[in-house]
Amino acid sequence: MKILVAVKQVAALDEDFTIRAGGRDVDEDYLLHDLNEWDDYSLEEAVKIKEAAAQPAEAAAQPVEVVVVTVAPDRADESLRKCLAKGADRAIRIWDEAVAGSDPIAIARILAAAARQESPAMLFAGVQSSDQAFATTGIAAAAFLGWPHAAVVSSLAYAPGAARAVLRRELEGGLLQEVEIQCPAVLSIQLGINTPRYASLRSIKQAAAKPIEVKSLSDVGLGAADVGEAGSASRVRRMLIPDKGRAQLIEGDAPAQARRLAEIIREFKGGAP
Amino acid sequence: MSGLLVIAEQRRGELRPVSLELIGAAQTLKRAQDTVAVAIMAAAPSRFVQPLQLAGVDEILAVKTVSEEFDPDTFETVVAALIAERRPDVVLVAHSVDSFGYAPALAARLGLGFASDVFKAERIDGALIATRGGYGQKVNVEVDFPGRDSVLLALRANVFKPPEQAGAPRVVELAAAPVSSRSVGRGFIELAAGDDVDMTQAEFILTIGRGIGEESRVAQFRELADALGATLGCSRPIADAGWLPKSRQVGQSGKTASACKLYIAMGVSGAIQHLAGMKHIATIVAVNSDAGASIFGVAKYGIVGDIFEIAEELRRNF
Repeated sequence: MKILVAVKQVAALDEDFTIRAGGRDVDEDYLLHDLNEWDDYSLEEAVKIKEAAAQPAEAAAQPVEVVVVTVAPDRADESLRKCLAKGADRAIRIWDEAVAGSDPIAIARILAAAARQESPAMLFAGVQSSDQAFATTGIAAAAFLGWPHAAVVSSLAYAPGAARAVLRRELEGGLLQEVEIQCPAVLSIQLGINTPRYASLRSIKQAAAKPIEVKSLSDVGLGAADVGEAGSASRVRRMLIPDKGRAQLIEGDAPAQARRLAEIIREFKGGAP
Repeated sequence: MSGLLVIAEQRRGELRPVSLELIGAAQTLKRAQDTVAVAIMAAAPSRFVQPLQLAGVDEILAVKTVSEEFDPDTFETVVAALIAERRPDVVLVAHSVDSFGYAPALAARLGLGFASDVFKAERIDGALIATRGGYGQKVNVEVDFPGRDSVLLALRANVFKPPEQAGAPRVVELAAAPVSSRSVGRGFIELAAGDDVDMTQAEFILTIGRGIGEESRVAQFRELADALGATLGCSRPIADAGWLPKSRQVGQSGKTASACKLYIAMGVSGAIQHLAGMKHIATIVAVNSDAGASIFGVAKYGIVGDIFEIAEELRRNF
Protein backbone atom coordinates (compact mmCIF):
# COMPACT_ATOMS: atom_id res chain seq x y z
CA MET A 1 0.00 0.00 0.00
CA LYS A 2 0.94 3.56 -0.52
CA ILE A 3 0.84 6.90 1.32
CA LEU A 4 0.91 9.94 -0.90
CA VAL A 5 2.34 13.13 0.62
CA ALA A 6 1.67 16.43 -1.13
CA VAL A 7 4.55 18.85 -0.64
CA LYS A 8 5.33 22.39 -1.68
CA GLN A 9 8.49 24.31 -2.24
CA VAL A 10 7.75 27.63 -0.57
CA ALA A 11 9.37 31.01 -1.08
CA ALA A 12 10.62 33.36 1.61
CA LEU A 13 11.51 36.95 0.81
CA ASP A 14 14.98 38.33 0.84
CA GLU A 15 15.39 41.41 3.03
CA ASP A 16 15.07 44.13 0.39
CA PHE A 17 12.59 42.79 -2.11
CA THR A 18 10.70 44.63 -4.80
CA ILE A 19 7.39 44.00 -6.51
CA ARG A 20 7.90 43.13 -10.15
CA ALA A 21 6.52 45.07 -13.11
CA GLY A 22 2.77 44.62 -13.39
CA GLY A 23 2.48 44.67 -9.60
CA ARG A 24 1.13 41.15 -9.23
CA ASP A 25 4.05 39.36 -7.58
CA VAL A 26 7.43 39.82 -5.99
CA ASP A 27 10.44 39.98 -8.29
CA GLU A 28 11.67 36.38 -8.48
CA ASP A 29 15.26 37.36 -7.78
CA TYR A 30 14.29 38.04 -4.17
CA LEU A 31 12.72 34.65 -3.46
CA LEU A 32 14.52 32.05 -1.35
CA HIS A 33 13.07 28.59 -1.88
CA ASP A 34 12.80 25.75 0.60
CA LEU A 35 10.52 22.85 1.52
CA ASN A 36 7.41 24.02 3.42
CA GLU A 37 7.89 23.58 7.17
CA TRP A 38 4.54 21.76 7.57
CA ASP A 39 5.49 19.25 4.88
CA ASP A 40 8.47 18.09 6.92
CA TYR A 41 5.95 16.87 9.50
CA SER A 42 3.51 15.22 7.08
CA LEU A 43 6.37 13.41 5.36
CA GLU A 44 7.77 12.27 8.71
CA GLU A 45 4.34 10.96 9.72
CA ALA A 46 4.15 8.87 6.54
CA VAL A 47 7.70 7.59 6.96
CA LYS A 48 6.98 6.66 10.58
CA ILE A 49 4.01 4.57 9.44
CA LYS A 50 6.19 2.91 6.83
CA GLU A 51 8.91 2.09 9.35
CA ALA A 52 6.46 0.76 11.92
CA ALA A 53 4.98 -1.59 9.31
CA ALA A 54 8.46 -2.86 8.49
CA GLN A 55 9.17 -3.97 12.08
CA PRO A 56 9.59 -7.75 12.46
CA ALA A 57 6.75 -7.78 15.00
CA GLU A 58 4.47 -6.46 12.28
CA ALA A 59 5.24 -9.27 9.82
CA ALA A 60 1.58 -9.39 8.79
CA ALA A 61 1.53 -5.70 7.90
CA GLN A 62 1.66 -4.72 4.27
CA PRO A 63 4.81 -2.92 3.17
CA VAL A 64 4.26 0.83 2.83
CA GLU A 65 5.54 2.97 0.01
CA VAL A 66 5.83 6.71 0.63
CA VAL A 67 5.43 8.86 -2.47
CA VAL A 68 5.80 12.64 -2.48
CA VAL A 69 4.06 14.73 -5.10
CA THR A 70 4.41 18.40 -5.92
CA VAL A 71 3.15 20.84 -8.54
CA ALA A 72 6.11 23.02 -9.47
CA PRO A 73 8.78 23.80 -12.06
CA ASP A 74 12.13 22.00 -11.91
CA ARG A 75 13.60 24.20 -9.18
CA ALA A 76 11.47 22.11 -6.77
CA ASP A 77 13.58 19.01 -7.51
CA GLU A 78 15.92 20.21 -4.77
CA SER A 79 13.06 20.01 -2.24
CA LEU A 80 11.97 16.63 -3.59
CA ARG A 81 15.53 15.31 -3.13
CA LYS A 82 15.30 16.47 0.47
CA CYS A 83 12.08 14.44 0.87
CA LEU A 84 13.72 11.40 -0.73
CA ALA A 85 16.64 11.75 1.68
CA LYS A 86 14.20 11.85 4.60
CA GLY A 87 12.54 8.58 3.70
CA ALA A 88 10.24 9.03 0.70
CA ASP A 89 10.61 6.18 -1.81
CA ARG A 90 9.86 8.15 -4.93
CA ALA A 91 8.77 11.58 -6.06
CA ILE A 92 6.40 12.96 -8.68
CA ARG A 93 6.62 16.47 -10.01
CA ILE A 94 3.85 17.82 -12.19
CA TRP A 95 4.34 20.95 -14.25
CA ASP A 96 3.18 22.79 -17.31
CA GLU A 97 3.60 26.46 -18.19
CA ALA A 98 -0.21 26.78 -17.99
CA VAL A 99 -0.05 26.04 -14.24
CA ALA A 100 1.60 29.41 -13.49
CA GLY A 101 -0.85 31.70 -11.67
CA SER A 102 -2.81 28.79 -10.21
CA ASP A 103 -4.41 29.28 -6.80
CA PRO A 104 -4.61 26.47 -4.19
CA ILE A 105 -7.91 25.20 -5.63
CA ALA A 106 -6.33 24.65 -9.06
CA ILE A 107 -3.25 23.05 -7.45
CA ALA A 108 -5.59 20.78 -5.46
CA ARG A 109 -7.27 19.70 -8.71
CA ILE A 110 -3.88 18.64 -10.10
CA LEU A 111 -2.89 16.82 -6.89
CA ALA A 112 -6.24 15.00 -6.86
CA ALA A 113 -5.69 13.92 -10.48
CA ALA A 114 -2.26 12.57 -9.54
CA ALA A 115 -3.72 10.82 -6.49
CA ARG A 116 -6.32 9.11 -8.65
CA GLN A 117 -3.51 7.59 -10.70
CA GLU A 118 -1.53 6.51 -7.66
CA SER A 119 -4.56 5.30 -5.65
CA PRO A 120 -2.91 5.65 -2.23
CA ALA A 121 -4.47 4.49 1.04
CA MET A 122 -3.95 7.97 2.50
CA LEU A 123 -3.12 11.44 1.26
CA PHE A 124 -1.26 13.75 3.65
CA ALA A 125 -0.72 17.47 3.17
CA GLY A 126 0.61 20.19 5.46
CA VAL A 127 -2.03 22.31 7.22
CA GLN A 128 -0.79 25.32 5.28
CA SER A 129 2.21 26.68 3.46
CA SER A 130 4.51 29.08 5.24
CA ASP A 131 4.48 31.51 2.31
CA GLN A 132 0.86 31.96 1.18
CA ALA A 133 -0.86 30.32 4.18
CA PHE A 134 -4.16 29.47 2.50
CA ALA A 135 -4.72 26.25 4.54
CA THR A 136 -6.71 25.08 1.53
CA THR A 137 -4.91 22.70 -0.81
CA GLY A 138 -5.22 19.39 1.05
CA ILE A 139 -8.90 19.69 1.94
CA ALA A 140 -9.80 20.98 -1.53
CA ALA A 141 -8.02 17.94 -3.01
CA ALA A 142 -10.20 15.76 -0.78
CA ALA A 143 -13.28 17.33 -2.38
CA PHE A 144 -12.02 16.61 -5.89
CA LEU A 145 -11.31 13.00 -4.84
CA GLY A 146 -14.60 12.68 -2.96
CA TRP A 147 -12.67 11.43 0.09
CA PRO A 148 -13.27 11.99 3.81
CA HIS A 149 -10.95 14.58 5.29
CA ALA A 150 -9.76 16.07 8.54
CA ALA A 151 -7.87 19.32 9.04
CA VAL A 152 -5.14 20.24 11.52
CA VAL A 153 -4.25 16.74 12.66
CA SER A 154 -1.86 16.78 15.62
CA SER A 155 -1.78 13.06 16.38
CA LEU A 156 -2.65 9.99 14.36
CA ALA A 157 -3.23 6.29 15.02
CA TYR A 158 -3.37 4.48 11.70
CA ALA A 159 -2.42 0.93 10.74
CA PRO A 160 -1.48 0.73 7.05
CA GLY A 161 -4.47 -0.40 5.00
CA ALA A 162 -6.94 -0.07 7.90
CA ALA A 163 -10.50 0.98 7.10
CA ARG A 164 -10.48 3.61 9.85
CA ALA A 165 -8.00 5.89 11.57
CA VAL A 166 -8.27 7.75 14.86
CA LEU A 167 -6.78 11.20 15.05
CA ARG A 168 -6.77 14.37 17.07
CA ARG A 169 -7.44 17.79 15.58
CA GLU A 170 -5.76 20.74 17.19
CA LEU A 171 -8.42 23.39 17.75
CA GLU A 172 -7.98 26.92 19.04
CA GLY A 173 -7.05 27.72 22.62
CA GLY A 174 -5.37 24.47 23.66
CA LEU A 175 -8.29 22.17 22.85
CA LEU A 176 -8.11 18.91 20.90
CA GLN A 177 -10.91 16.95 19.25
CA GLU A 178 -10.65 13.21 18.77
CA VAL A 179 -12.09 11.98 15.48
CA GLU A 180 -12.54 8.57 13.90
CA ILE A 181 -12.35 8.76 10.12
CA GLN A 182 -12.95 6.37 7.23
CA CYS A 183 -10.00 5.65 4.96
CA PRO A 184 -8.76 6.45 2.40
CA ALA A 185 -8.80 9.99 3.68
CA VAL A 186 -7.01 13.28 3.24
CA LEU A 187 -5.40 14.59 6.41
CA SER A 188 -3.87 18.04 6.82
CA ILE A 189 -0.98 17.61 9.23
CA GLN A 190 -0.04 20.13 11.92
CA LEU A 191 3.40 21.13 13.18
CA GLY A 192 4.51 19.23 16.26
CA ILE A 193 2.75 15.94 15.40
CA ASN A 194 6.20 14.31 15.43
CA THR A 195 9.86 15.28 15.40
CA PRO A 196 11.04 15.39 11.78
CA ARG A 197 14.38 13.72 11.21
CA TYR A 198 17.44 15.25 9.67
CA ALA A 199 18.69 13.62 6.52
CA SER A 200 21.96 11.76 7.06
CA LEU A 201 24.82 12.08 4.59
CA ARG A 202 24.23 8.48 3.64
CA SER A 203 20.53 9.01 2.99
CA ILE A 204 21.27 12.14 0.97
CA LYS A 205 23.59 10.05 -1.20
CA GLN A 206 20.97 7.32 -1.55
CA ALA A 207 18.32 9.88 -2.46
CA ALA A 208 20.29 10.87 -5.52
CA ALA A 209 19.53 7.43 -6.97
CA LYS A 210 15.81 7.54 -6.21
CA PRO A 211 13.47 8.47 -9.05
CA ILE A 212 11.76 11.84 -9.62
CA GLU A 213 9.04 11.28 -12.16
CA VAL A 214 8.12 14.39 -14.15
CA LYS A 215 4.57 14.56 -15.45
CA SER A 216 2.75 17.01 -17.66
CA LEU A 217 -0.83 18.13 -17.19
CA SER A 218 -2.03 15.75 -19.87
CA ASP A 219 -0.18 12.90 -18.14
CA VAL A 220 -2.60 13.34 -15.21
CA GLY A 221 -5.59 13.80 -17.49
CA LEU A 222 -6.01 17.57 -17.19
CA GLY A 223 -5.88 20.43 -19.66
CA ALA A 224 -4.92 24.10 -19.57
CA ALA A 225 -8.52 25.12 -18.81
CA ASP A 226 -8.40 23.19 -15.50
CA VAL A 227 -5.50 25.21 -14.13
CA GLY A 228 -4.02 28.72 -14.13
CA GLU A 229 -6.43 31.63 -13.95
CA ALA A 230 -9.25 29.67 -15.60
CA GLY A 231 -9.10 26.87 -13.06
CA SER A 232 -8.58 29.05 -9.99
CA ALA A 233 -11.10 30.34 -7.46
CA SER A 234 -9.28 33.67 -7.09
CA ARG A 235 -6.91 35.84 -9.07
CA VAL A 236 -4.13 38.04 -7.74
CA ARG A 237 -5.00 41.60 -8.63
CA ARG A 238 -1.93 43.20 -7.11
CA MET A 239 0.62 42.86 -4.36
CA LEU A 240 1.47 45.74 -2.09
CA ILE A 241 4.16 46.31 0.48
CA PRO A 242 2.25 47.11 3.68
CA ASP A 243 3.15 49.99 5.93
CA LYS A 244 6.06 49.04 8.13
CA GLY A 245 5.43 48.25 11.76
CA ARG A 246 4.55 50.98 14.15
CA ALA A 247 6.95 49.83 16.89
CA GLN A 248 8.87 52.69 18.40
CA LEU A 249 12.47 51.56 18.16
CA ILE A 250 14.62 51.79 21.27
CA GLU A 251 17.96 53.02 20.01
CA GLY A 252 21.47 52.98 21.46
CA ASP A 253 23.88 50.21 22.39
CA ALA A 254 22.76 47.07 24.20
CA PRO A 255 23.27 48.44 27.76
CA ALA A 256 21.26 51.57 26.89
CA GLN A 257 18.51 49.55 25.22
CA ALA A 258 18.33 47.23 28.23
CA ARG A 259 18.15 50.19 30.62
CA ARG A 260 15.17 51.60 28.72
CA LEU A 261 13.51 48.18 28.74
CA ALA A 262 14.10 47.94 32.50
CA GLU A 263 12.37 51.32 32.87
CA ILE A 264 9.36 50.07 30.92
CA ILE A 265 9.19 47.03 33.22
CA ARG A 266 9.45 49.21 36.34
CA GLU A 267 6.75 51.56 35.05
CA PHE A 268 4.48 48.56 34.58
CA LYS A 269 5.27 47.17 38.01
CA GLY A 270 4.80 50.54 39.66
CA GLY A 271 1.37 50.77 38.12
CA ALA A 272 0.44 47.16 38.76
CA PRO A 273 -1.80 46.53 41.75
CA MET B 1 -27.59 36.57 -7.15
CA SER B 2 -27.53 38.84 -4.20
CA GLY B 3 -27.27 38.80 -0.47
CA LEU B 4 -24.83 37.58 2.09
CA LEU B 5 -24.74 34.34 4.01
CA VAL B 6 -22.75 34.24 7.25
CA ILE B 7 -21.86 30.91 8.86
CA ALA B 8 -21.60 31.39 12.62
CA GLU B 9 -19.55 29.00 14.76
CA GLN B 10 -20.25 27.40 18.09
CA ARG B 11 -18.26 24.90 20.09
CA ARG B 12 -19.26 23.09 23.26
CA GLY B 13 -22.31 25.22 23.83
CA GLU B 14 -20.64 28.56 23.27
CA LEU B 15 -20.95 30.86 20.32
CA ARG B 16 -17.44 31.61 19.06
CA PRO B 17 -16.80 35.39 19.20
CA VAL B 18 -15.57 35.47 15.59
CA SER B 19 -19.19 34.83 14.55
CA LEU B 20 -20.08 38.38 15.53
CA GLU B 21 -17.07 39.75 13.66
CA LEU B 22 -18.35 38.02 10.51
CA ILE B 23 -21.65 39.84 10.94
CA GLY B 24 -19.73 43.12 11.26
CA ALA B 25 -17.93 42.36 8.01
CA ALA B 26 -21.24 41.48 6.33
CA GLN B 27 -22.59 44.92 7.26
CA THR B 28 -19.75 46.65 5.45
CA LEU B 29 -20.26 44.55 2.30
CA LYS B 30 -24.03 44.81 2.27
CA ARG B 31 -25.59 46.83 -0.57
CA ALA B 32 -29.06 48.39 -0.44
CA GLN B 33 -30.79 45.44 -2.06
CA ASP B 34 -28.89 42.77 -0.07
CA THR B 35 -30.21 40.70 2.77
CA VAL B 36 -27.89 39.25 5.41
CA ALA B 37 -28.68 35.75 6.66
CA VAL B 38 -26.73 34.19 9.53
CA ALA B 39 -26.76 30.41 9.86
CA ILE B 40 -25.91 28.56 13.05
CA MET B 41 -25.68 24.77 13.16
CA ALA B 42 -26.13 22.76 16.37
CA ALA B 43 -28.21 19.94 17.83
CA ALA B 44 -30.19 22.62 19.69
CA PRO B 45 -29.50 25.82 17.74
CA SER B 46 -32.11 28.01 19.41
CA ARG B 47 -29.81 28.79 22.34
CA PHE B 48 -27.45 30.65 19.98
CA VAL B 49 -30.12 32.78 18.33
CA GLN B 50 -30.27 35.59 20.87
CA PRO B 51 -26.61 36.72 20.68
CA LEU B 52 -26.84 36.76 16.86
CA GLN B 53 -29.75 39.20 16.87
CA LEU B 54 -27.66 42.15 15.79
CA ALA B 55 -28.16 45.24 13.67
CA GLY B 56 -27.83 44.49 9.98
CA VAL B 57 -28.96 40.87 10.26
CA ASP B 58 -32.18 40.20 8.35
CA GLU B 59 -32.54 36.54 9.06
CA ILE B 60 -31.16 33.94 11.43
CA LEU B 61 -31.20 30.38 10.12
CA ALA B 62 -31.18 28.06 13.12
CA VAL B 63 -30.20 24.73 11.58
CA LYS B 64 -30.77 21.66 13.71
CA THR B 65 -28.10 19.02 13.06
CA VAL B 66 -27.73 15.48 14.37
CA SER B 67 -24.23 16.11 15.62
CA GLU B 68 -23.81 18.72 18.36
CA GLU B 69 -20.30 19.67 17.30
CA PHE B 70 -18.56 20.46 14.03
CA ASP B 71 -18.49 17.68 11.50
CA PRO B 72 -17.11 18.38 8.01
CA ASP B 73 -19.68 16.33 6.07
CA THR B 74 -22.61 17.95 7.87
CA PHE B 75 -21.25 21.45 7.44
CA GLU B 76 -20.47 20.89 3.77
CA THR B 77 -23.92 19.47 3.07
CA VAL B 78 -25.83 22.12 5.01
CA VAL B 79 -23.93 25.10 3.65
CA ALA B 80 -24.10 23.73 0.09
CA ALA B 81 -27.87 23.39 0.45
CA LEU B 82 -28.20 26.93 1.83
CA ILE B 83 -26.14 28.30 -1.05
CA ALA B 84 -28.20 26.38 -3.63
CA GLU B 85 -31.44 27.64 -2.16
CA ARG B 86 -30.56 31.23 -1.36
CA ARG B 87 -27.97 32.04 -4.04
CA PRO B 88 -25.91 34.47 -1.92
CA ASP B 89 -23.19 36.29 -3.83
CA VAL B 90 -20.96 36.37 -0.73
CA VAL B 91 -20.59 33.66 1.91
CA LEU B 92 -18.56 34.53 5.01
CA VAL B 93 -16.95 31.98 7.30
CA ALA B 94 -14.22 32.34 9.93
CA HIS B 95 -10.64 31.44 9.07
CA SER B 96 -10.75 28.93 11.91
CA VAL B 97 -9.70 25.33 12.44
CA ASP B 98 -13.26 24.12 11.81
CA SER B 99 -13.47 26.09 8.56
CA PHE B 100 -10.11 24.67 7.47
CA GLY B 101 -11.93 21.34 7.64
CA TYR B 102 -14.74 22.10 5.19
CA ALA B 103 -14.60 25.52 3.50
CA PRO B 104 -11.95 24.63 0.88
CA ALA B 105 -13.86 21.44 0.04
CA LEU B 106 -17.07 23.39 -0.36
CA ALA B 107 -15.41 25.98 -2.60
CA ALA B 108 -13.83 23.24 -4.72
CA ARG B 109 -17.03 21.25 -5.03
CA LEU B 110 -19.36 24.13 -5.85
CA GLY B 111 -16.91 26.10 -7.96
CA LEU B 112 -17.16 29.15 -5.71
CA GLY B 113 -14.74 32.02 -5.76
CA PHE B 114 -12.57 31.54 -2.67
CA ALA B 115 -9.98 33.23 -0.50
CA SER B 116 -8.90 32.42 3.03
CA ASP B 117 -7.28 34.37 5.87
CA VAL B 118 -8.84 37.54 4.48
CA PHE B 119 -8.31 40.63 6.62
CA LYS B 120 -9.95 43.20 4.34
CA ALA B 121 -12.96 42.80 2.10
CA GLU B 122 -14.49 45.57 0.03
CA ARG B 123 -16.41 46.30 -3.12
CA ILE B 124 -14.57 48.43 -5.66
CA ASP B 125 -16.63 49.48 -8.71
CA GLY B 126 -19.02 46.67 -7.91
CA ALA B 127 -16.32 43.98 -7.77
CA LEU B 128 -15.52 42.11 -4.58
CA ILE B 129 -11.87 42.51 -3.60
CA ALA B 130 -10.29 40.59 -0.73
CA THR B 131 -6.91 41.31 0.84
CA ARG B 132 -4.77 38.63 2.50
CA GLY B 133 -1.13 38.27 3.42
CA GLY B 134 1.55 36.73 1.24
CA TYR B 135 5.12 35.52 1.69
CA GLY B 136 4.83 35.11 5.43
CA GLN B 137 2.68 38.27 5.78
CA LYS B 138 5.42 40.43 4.28
CA VAL B 139 3.18 41.62 1.45
CA ASN B 140 -0.52 42.32 1.12
CA VAL B 141 -2.17 40.45 -1.73
CA GLU B 142 -5.36 41.77 -3.27
CA VAL B 143 -7.39 39.10 -5.00
CA ASP B 144 -10.56 39.23 -7.06
CA PHE B 145 -12.89 36.57 -8.39
CA PRO B 146 -13.52 37.05 -12.09
CA GLY B 147 -16.44 35.10 -13.46
CA ARG B 148 -17.64 33.84 -10.06
CA ASP B 149 -21.26 34.53 -9.13
CA SER B 150 -20.75 33.40 -5.58
CA VAL B 151 -17.63 33.92 -3.45
CA LEU B 152 -16.69 32.23 -0.18
CA LEU B 153 -14.41 34.27 2.07
CA ALA B 154 -12.76 32.90 5.21
CA LEU B 155 -12.12 35.96 7.38
CA ARG B 156 -9.31 36.35 9.90
CA ALA B 157 -10.44 36.62 13.52
CA ASN B 158 -9.89 39.74 15.65
CA VAL B 159 -9.95 42.06 12.65
CA PHE B 160 -13.55 42.92 11.79
CA LYS B 161 -15.62 44.83 14.33
CA PRO B 162 -18.75 43.16 15.62
CA PRO B 163 -21.90 45.31 15.42
CA GLU B 164 -22.75 46.94 18.73
CA GLN B 165 -26.46 47.44 18.24
CA ALA B 166 -29.11 44.81 18.55
CA GLY B 167 -31.51 44.10 15.72
CA ALA B 168 -34.72 42.19 15.22
CA PRO B 169 -34.07 39.62 12.51
CA ARG B 170 -36.55 36.99 11.42
CA VAL B 171 -35.69 33.58 12.87
CA VAL B 172 -36.13 30.56 10.63
CA GLU B 173 -35.82 27.09 12.11
CA LEU B 174 -34.51 24.44 9.75
CA ALA B 175 -33.55 20.80 10.09
CA ALA B 176 -30.46 19.56 8.27
CA ALA B 177 -31.03 16.75 5.80
CA PRO B 178 -29.61 13.51 7.17
CA VAL B 179 -25.94 13.10 6.39
CA SER B 180 -23.95 9.91 6.70
CA SER B 181 -20.76 11.34 8.12
CA ARG B 182 -17.51 9.71 7.15
CA SER B 183 -15.83 11.00 10.27
CA VAL B 184 -17.18 10.99 13.80
CA GLY B 185 -16.11 13.27 16.62
CA ARG B 186 -15.37 11.24 19.75
CA GLY B 187 -15.00 14.09 22.18
CA PHE B 188 -12.70 16.88 23.26
CA ILE B 189 -9.46 16.77 25.17
CA GLU B 190 -8.14 19.77 27.08
CA LEU B 191 -4.47 20.39 26.61
CA ALA B 192 -2.78 18.76 29.59
CA ALA B 193 -1.02 21.23 31.83
CA GLY B 194 2.72 20.59 31.66
CA ASP B 195 3.27 22.49 34.87
CA ASP B 196 1.14 24.62 37.15
CA VAL B 197 1.34 27.85 35.17
CA ASP B 198 -1.81 29.47 33.79
CA MET B 199 -0.85 31.75 30.91
CA THR B 200 -4.39 33.15 30.71
CA GLN B 201 -3.92 34.73 34.17
CA ALA B 202 -0.41 36.14 33.70
CA GLU B 203 -0.17 39.93 33.53
CA PHE B 204 3.52 40.11 32.64
CA ILE B 205 4.85 37.57 30.17
CA LEU B 206 8.36 37.10 28.81
CA THR B 207 8.14 34.94 25.71
CA ILE B 208 10.96 33.19 23.91
CA GLY B 209 10.87 32.01 20.30
CA ARG B 210 12.89 30.23 17.70
CA GLY B 211 15.58 32.91 17.99
CA ILE B 212 16.99 31.31 21.15
CA GLY B 213 18.38 28.61 18.84
CA GLU B 214 19.25 25.92 21.37
CA GLU B 215 17.55 24.21 24.29
CA SER B 216 20.49 25.00 26.57
CA ARG B 217 19.61 28.69 26.27
CA VAL B 218 16.17 28.23 27.87
CA ALA B 219 17.67 28.30 31.39
CA GLN B 220 19.04 31.83 30.90
CA PHE B 221 15.58 33.15 30.03
CA ARG B 222 13.87 31.19 32.79
CA GLU B 223 16.21 32.82 35.27
CA LEU B 224 15.65 36.23 33.68
CA ALA B 225 11.86 35.84 33.83
CA ASP B 226 12.10 34.93 37.52
CA ALA B 227 14.27 37.93 38.24
CA LEU B 228 11.85 40.24 36.42
CA GLY B 229 8.81 38.69 38.06
CA ALA B 230 7.48 37.66 34.64
CA THR B 231 5.83 34.43 33.57
CA LEU B 232 7.95 32.60 30.99
CA GLY B 233 6.05 31.78 27.81
CA CYS B 234 7.04 30.53 24.39
CA SER B 235 6.04 30.43 20.76
CA ARG B 236 5.05 27.23 18.98
CA PRO B 237 8.47 25.94 17.81
CA ILE B 238 9.81 25.96 21.39
CA ALA B 239 6.85 23.90 22.67
CA ASP B 240 6.92 21.56 19.67
CA ALA B 241 10.59 20.88 20.32
CA GLY B 242 9.71 20.04 23.92
CA TRP B 243 11.97 22.75 25.35
CA LEU B 244 9.06 24.14 27.36
CA PRO B 245 5.73 22.47 28.15
CA LYS B 246 2.81 23.06 25.77
CA SER B 247 1.00 24.90 28.57
CA ARG B 248 3.51 27.74 28.15
CA GLN B 249 2.70 28.21 24.47
CA VAL B 250 1.06 31.52 23.64
CA GLY B 251 -0.90 32.01 20.43
CA GLN B 252 -3.82 30.66 18.47
CA SER B 253 -3.45 26.98 19.29
CA GLY B 254 -1.95 27.57 22.69
CA LYS B 255 -3.26 29.77 25.44
CA THR B 256 -4.54 33.27 24.89
CA ALA B 257 -2.67 35.74 27.03
CA SER B 258 -5.98 37.28 28.03
CA ALA B 259 -4.87 39.00 31.25
CA CYS B 260 -1.53 40.17 29.89
CA LYS B 261 -0.58 43.85 30.09
CA LEU B 262 3.15 43.73 29.44
CA TYR B 263 4.51 41.25 26.91
CA ILE B 264 8.18 41.01 26.05
CA ALA B 265 8.89 38.79 23.05
CA MET B 266 12.49 37.73 22.57
CA GLY B 267 13.48 36.00 19.36
CA VAL B 268 9.83 35.62 18.30
CA SER B 269 9.34 36.39 14.61
CA GLY B 270 5.61 36.91 15.02
CA ALA B 271 3.83 34.37 12.84
CA ILE B 272 0.21 35.35 12.43
CA GLN B 273 -0.86 32.43 14.62
CA HIS B 274 1.30 33.76 17.42
CA LEU B 275 -0.07 37.28 17.12
CA ALA B 276 -3.68 36.09 17.24
CA GLY B 277 -5.40 37.54 20.25
CA MET B 278 -2.73 40.04 21.26
CA LYS B 279 -4.44 43.24 20.27
CA HIS B 280 -5.61 43.88 23.83
CA ILE B 281 -2.11 43.89 25.34
CA ALA B 282 -1.21 47.45 26.33
CA THR B 283 2.54 47.11 25.93
CA ILE B 284 4.31 44.66 23.66
CA VAL B 285 8.09 44.92 23.45
CA ALA B 286 9.78 42.96 20.69
CA VAL B 287 13.46 42.08 20.77
CA ASN B 288 14.68 40.53 17.55
CA SER B 289 17.82 40.57 15.45
CA ASP B 290 15.73 40.72 12.27
CA ALA B 291 14.50 44.27 11.75
CA GLY B 292 11.96 42.90 9.26
CA ALA B 293 10.32 40.51 11.74
CA SER B 294 6.51 40.74 11.71
CA ILE B 295 6.40 41.15 15.48
CA PHE B 296 7.58 44.76 15.09
CA GLY B 297 4.29 45.38 13.31
CA VAL B 298 2.28 44.83 16.49
CA ALA B 299 4.82 45.84 19.13
CA LYS B 300 4.71 49.22 20.86
CA TYR B 301 8.46 49.20 21.42
CA GLY B 302 11.10 47.42 19.41
CA ILE B 303 14.73 46.58 20.00
CA VAL B 304 16.66 45.38 16.99
CA GLY B 305 19.56 43.47 18.46
CA ASP B 306 21.04 40.28 19.82
CA ILE B 307 18.55 38.74 22.26
CA PHE B 308 21.24 37.13 24.42
CA GLU B 309 23.12 40.38 24.83
CA ILE B 310 19.92 42.29 25.63
CA ALA B 311 18.87 39.56 28.07
CA GLU B 312 22.22 39.72 29.85
CA GLU B 313 22.19 43.51 30.04
CA LEU B 314 18.59 43.52 31.21
CA ARG B 315 19.44 41.04 33.96
CA ARG B 316 22.03 43.51 35.33
CA ASN B 317 19.21 46.00 35.93
CA PHE B 318 17.38 43.72 38.37
